[in-house]
Amino acid sequence: MDMSLIFLVLFPLAAALALLLVPQNSIRKIIVYASALAIAAASIYLLVTVGSAPAYFEIHAELVNNVMFYIEMGIALYILYISVKFRNYLTLLLIVLQSLLAIDYELAYAGSAVAERAMFVDQFSVIMALIIGVVGSLICVYSLGYMKDFHEHHKEVKDRRREFFFTMFAFIAAMFGLVFSNSLMWLYFFWEITTICSFLLIAYTQTHEARNNAFTALWMNLLGGLAFIGAIWYLGYSGQPIAELDKLIGSDKAIALLPAVLISFAGLTKAAQMPFSGWLLGAMIAPTPVSALLHSSTMVKAGVYVIIRLAPVLQDTFSGLMIALIGGFTFLLASAMAISQSNAKRVLAYSTVANLGLVVACGGLGTYEAVWAGILLIIFHAISKALLFLAVGTVEHRIQSRDIEDMGGLIIRMPKVAVMMLIGMAGMFLAPFGMLISKWATLRAFIDASPAISPILVAIIAFGSAVTIFFWTKWMGKIIAVTYLHKMVEDKVSGEEWIALTSLAALTVGICVLFGNVSSMLIEPYIMETYKGLGQSISILSQDSTMIMLIMMGMIFLLPLSMLYYRLPRRHLSPYMGGRTTTANMRFAGSAGMQRDLALRNYYLESYFGERRLFRPGVILCIGLIALMLAGVVTGVGI
Amino acid sequence: MNALYALAYIILAPLIGGLLVGMDRRITARMQGRVGPPLLQPFYDVLKLFEKEKVVVTRSQNFYILCYLVFMVFTGALFFAGGDILLVVFALTLAHIFLILGAYAANSPYSYIGAERELIQVMAFEPMIILTTVGLYMATKSFYVTDIAATATPLVAYLPGIFLGLAYVLTIKLRKSPFDLSTSHHAHQELVKGVTTEFSSSTLGRIEITHWYETVLLLGIIYLFVGSSSPAGIAIGIAAVLFIYLLEIFVDNNYPRVKWQMLMNTSWTIAVILGLLNLGALYYIAGVQ
Repeated sequence: MDMSLIFLVLFPLAAALALLLVPQNSIRKIIVYASALAIAAASIYLLVTVGSAPAYFEIHAELVNNVMFYIEMGIALYILYISVKFRNYLTLLLIVLQSLLAIDYELAYAGSAVAERAMFVDQFSVIMALIIGVVGSLICVYSLGYMKDFHEHHKEVKDRRREFFFTMFAFIAAMFGLVFSNSLMWLYFFWEITTICSFLLIAYTQTHEARNNAFTALWMNLLGGLAFIGAIWYLGYSGQPIAELDKLIGSDKAIALLPAVLISFAGLTKAAQMPFSGWLLGAMIAPTPVSALLHSSTMVKAGVYVIIRLAPVLQDTFSGLMIALIGGFTFLLASAMAISQSNAKRVLAYSTVANLGLVVACGGLGTYEAVWAGILLIIFHAISKALLFLAVGTVEHRIQSRDIEDMGGLIIRMPKVAVMMLIGMAGMFLAPFGMLISKWATLRAFIDASPAISPILVAIIAFGSAVTIFFWTKWMGKIIAVTYLHKMVEDKVSGEEWIALTSLAALTVGICVLFGNVSSMLIEPYIMETYKGLGQSISILSQDSTMIMLIMMGMIFLLPLSMLYYRLPRRHLSPYMGGRTTTANMRFAGSAGMQRDLALRNYYLESYFGERRLFRPGVILCIGLIALMLAGVVTGVGI
Repeated sequence: MNALYALAYIILAPLIGGLLVGMDRRITARMQGRVGPPLLQPFYDVLKLFEKEKVVVTRSQNFYILCYLVFMVFTGALFFAGGDILLVVFALTLAHIFLILGAYAANSPYSYIGAERELIQVMAFEPMIILTTVGLYMATKSFYVTDIAATATPLVAYLPGIFLGLAYVLTIKLRKSPFDLSTSHHAHQELVKGVTTEFSSSTLGRIEITHWYETVLLLGIIYLFVGSSSPAGIAIGIAAVLFIYLLEIFVDNNYPRVKWQMLMNTSWTIAVILGLLNLGALYYIAGVQ
């Protein structure tokens, strides 16, 4: 067991180094395929072998700790260097503060609190590992085809695919490390690695804009990192012999709450919650596989992962409620702003921020029902959103645009990709698919959570769901609109892209069918272990509700059979054009004899949901809530 | 859950729904000083639609309407079988999405704008209906329609705000003026027939039948507020539901169609004020107890 953990951390790292050294595309392809397969297989092996109780592993290796410390300092020096080079004094200040705290901790306190049980694995880690191992590997395979296309389309960008694949695999190693770390210092170490990987990948094209956005992401994540090391430093400073995650969660709230809130703050920055949502929107400038891997399915999930882990500490505290509200309002406002966007990647980014907000709200509440719902959200979101990002990436290369308005008639131009996109979108908001199941569970958890803020959270879900329906459905409508005289452009999609897209589409559907098993095999045991004394039965969605969901799923898959009938030849009429003479390609006689093209555009409701209208109030509101969260823990109110 | 009630719904709902619409048309005619069509006219209309030639703008459009019908019937059956009301609401949304997708698929200007407006209507309706389910749960401690309908006192006593809010947005789903923005039973001046512009023959007939199914389902949800478990309570409940439907006809005939901004603003404001205040009060009472 512990060997498979170490394998999952070190093997991707080895693959990363190999990819850094190999310049040939053909060998790179073999390495990526082989390592993706090995990583996915190892994470599935972990699923098969996981025990019912968490397993801890003692690793007595002074050497490992030292190596980590030196790598950390190396990274700090690198950030220092680029901060000076590009005159970014904010990141400079943050990295200096962070390093000072880290060095002070190492010198003064590291000796008194040694994390003996540095690694661990439980069901929640396995869930995360499966997301990283399976979804992450598929995205890496996809990158092979995508990056080749990318450099054919963007001749001006220097081909740095070696660095690209190195960073992607190094990142995967760090993510595995993060979810298997019990030592807080190790957790922090991997946390920082993901930050730097994100920075490097956002800046991939090295344009001015890319670099600016990368620095925005960097300072926000460094601020989180500062809070994280602050939490560890505080534990040492206050003389607590706590250096491990399980000890922190298990200790008294009076001691654990401040570090837990600081780490949750780090989680808020990494999960791009308001007021930090800006970096994730900017990060969309990165190549699409990066958006799929780091900025939707895994790295940002690290942020919510720590908050869900710390949920038992946050439960029933004032600060926890504030975190729940930050998540809730982020969900509502980000979903609303998604309506006003026509750039497909920005819509996906807003939707990601929104769904992470829901998970944060679940973690902040910290009841067992909320945690159950939060983990479910993490799983479903990771799969559907990765699928959507990759599909948009593929479409972009074929139609030369990522604007939703240009995706009209995609069902004619790229039928298979369009159907997969529809599955991904249905997965995001429609019954009986994944995200709706989780939203349902979330609503239930919110209703019973806390009389003080339940009505607000319930209303947030009610309004948030309404706006979610709007922006997804209008996008779906654009894709399925049957346009005329469009050519099929699907044949040039690479094999790697097909592998990733079809696997993710199958997973999106498969996980909905199997969600009962996922829940009983992995989530429920974790909940039982974390919240002791719950009794035997904690089934949150009843058996017959699950059955009804499955019946609906069956109907969704049987109904398309009716197309066999509807496909039969019929007499076609042209759409009603108010009596105008219209040609077959929908050109009609406008005023003064002008020939005009029919053009249909979606509503964006700027005056209601525009960024200009909602972003600033959201930022101010959430900064206020963060201030309350910190004030609550400092003054000790409501522990 | 009771499969018999579900079966009764599947068979009887179109008959009841059709009769209600027939009644509606006669009452409307009387309000306008006309005699109006026979009571069974809606059935004649739909039967005639099924006799017409099947023409299409695009072949895929009819598929979405089939899904619309099937999921609407499923939603109603789930409700009358006494299932989980949240699931009923989610399934109802799914059914509506299919209608909207059908309108998008046709890619015609009038149905396209109709689809956008229908989406705005869904967005205006959705928060209130979700708050409704939560209110029903808070009042009865159950999400199951069976348990909710078994209440001894009509739930409107605990949920006056939520009931009023729901009654307000009910107009949207019944496609009645002033909220018939996306399509209408009456001649629609600026959007032709909106969402349904490009549908004809049996497909248009199916849309009408779906509307009947939906009407009965919506009145069933209203019944949960005004009915109670005793025989007299059931009778009063049904009478109250019919009265509310009558009120809808009255509103339909007396108010002109509004713009979508007005629809959004008022529906959301009412959902926030009436719905949230009512919920807050319920939480407060539950807290005190």
